Amino acid sequence: MTATDPIGTAPAGAPTIHPIPSGTRDVLPDEMRELRAITTTALEVFQRAGYGEVATPALEYEETLARGDVRGAPPAYRLFDEQGRVLVLRSDMTVPIARLVATRFATAEPPLRLCYLAHAYRGVRPQRGQPREFLQAGIELVGAPAPDGTAEALTVLCDMLDAVGLEGYRIGFGDVALYQALLDGYAVAGAQRERMLHELVSRDFVGLEREVAALGLGAEATDLLVRVPQLRGGPEVLADLDGHASEAAEGLRGVHALLEPRVAERLIFDLGLVRNLGYYTGAVFQVFDPALGVPIGGGGRYDELLGRFGRPLPAVGFALNVERLHIALAGEERGERDRGQSS
Amino acid sequence: MSANGGLTIAVPRGALFKETLDLLDAIGIDTREVRSNDRKLLFRDVGIVTMRPSDVPTYVAAGAADVGMTGKDVLMEQPEREVYELLDLGYGRCTMVLASVAGDDPMEEARRRLGMMRIATKYPKIAARHFAATGRQAEMVEVKGSVELAPLTGLVDGIVDLTATGTTLRENGLVVREEIVVCTARLIANPVAHKLKAAAIDELLERVRAA
Repeated sequence: MTATDPIGTAPAGAPTIHPIPSGTRDVLPDEMRELRAITTTALEVFQRAGYGEVATPALEYEETLARGDVRGAPPAYRLFDEQGRVLVLRSDMTVPIARLVATRFATAEPPLRLCYLAHAYRGVRPQRGQPREFLQAGIELVGAPAPDGTAEALTVLCDMLDAVGLEGYRIGFGDVALYQALLDGYAVAGAQRERMLHELVSRDFVGLEREVAALGLGAEATDLLVRVPQLRGGPEVLADLDGHASEAAEGLRGVHALLEPRVAERLIFDLGLVRNLGYYTGAVFQVFDPALGVPIGGGGRYDELLGRFGRPLPAVGFALNVERLHIALAGEERGERDRGQSS
Repeated sequence: MSANGGLTIAVPRGALFKETLDLLDAIGIDTREVRSNDRKLLFRDVGIVTMRPSDVPTYVAAGAADVGMTGKDVLMEQPEREVYELLDLGYGRCTMVLASVAGDDPMEEARRRLGMMRIATKYPKIAARHFAATGRQAEMVEVKGSVELAPLTGLVDGIVDLTATGTTLRENGLVVREEIVVCTARLIANPVAHKLKAAAIDELLERVRAA
């Protein structure tokens, strides 16, 4: 048994295998050609919309990412430089770009439109389409407040997905402030509030119902706090709300009113949508496709992140996982082939 | 549209199998073929796939099934699976317990004299969380087969396992020392299907609630 044959099963005379770290992979020409077609198209769409491409180092100081609050997607790889400072492989591109904007564009007139194609690194359990190193294509629109900035980001997102040829995609659209506003409306605070938000983030509606029941509010409030985060669908979802819930959904209505029909019809309003990144403040979205069981990417508003780097500006952005997008495109093609054969 | 609303349902074989099929019958999904066929796994006509309970979150998280039924114990042991937990189905009620051989508790002596105890379990994550939460040190020994054998042979000081009636524990001379958590069957959904097939999933949920 050798280091290159960890389970000692290689037959005599087999080529020596030099392993690569778990969760990473090589890309060979056939796949690379298809990935390159996707990324070239994505960057063309971004640049046509006025977004300039930037690159940042894969390594950042740990304190930079900590300032950005990337809980939920913490950096997994750390090393020390020669002065003993802690470096991390970036787990996300939004925080490095917030740092870049605050330092390189400290006096530039907003709005700033930036895009990127870059690898990010997370310590996830490797499973289909979820490696430790993954390629993201995305934009950041800095200095454009809601609702107009959000509407622009959603439009660029649809332009890009249309251009690469994805057909069945939908965009789950919610607001991280919505459930918070509901809890404010019923004066739910402290540890109880934290427990409820934890159940919501971990997608456990059974646990949420238990926590809501424990609040001992009236029947109407109890029903609302359990039912609203499970609402998802077309604009009728917003129309059916009343009271605290209706006020809380005002932000979503504002964005919806600005969208072209081709973008608006892709939206699925999702009043329970929460993202696990700590810096989101308002509208958030996730891209779904019937050909893939996991989201292809997502984004949202982060109006307070730039302020943590000393240049307070409202901002919105999204990142798509290029490898997952590729899997979804291949899945859609396969679905069409199968339908073609059976008809 | 068919009775399942075009959804693929992951059904657990084993302890939850019969009650899950009874529930599906009650909401109008025909399970006769599933009941009559032990070996077949995929029942395309009624949108049912059958598998061991611990595989249900794997299929649902990946979208190979849209919804599924499995035990809370399975979900707690696989917290990394990203699925929606929609409903407590109430059946399959079991308790996760800490047990050891009857008489003087060998776990207590191990803790006092050796600083930690050895625990055999099929649920290393749930067990480790329980000991961490109660401030005790324990070494997990993961076993795949009958956990009750481990403390009888001196492999471990105690076990963490799921019990419905306690009969198997009693028959092997083991007694429950602590109850960790009560587990029932849950209805889970794939996060993408939960959005893209919202109407079908909500309708299924309503019918299950009414059943």
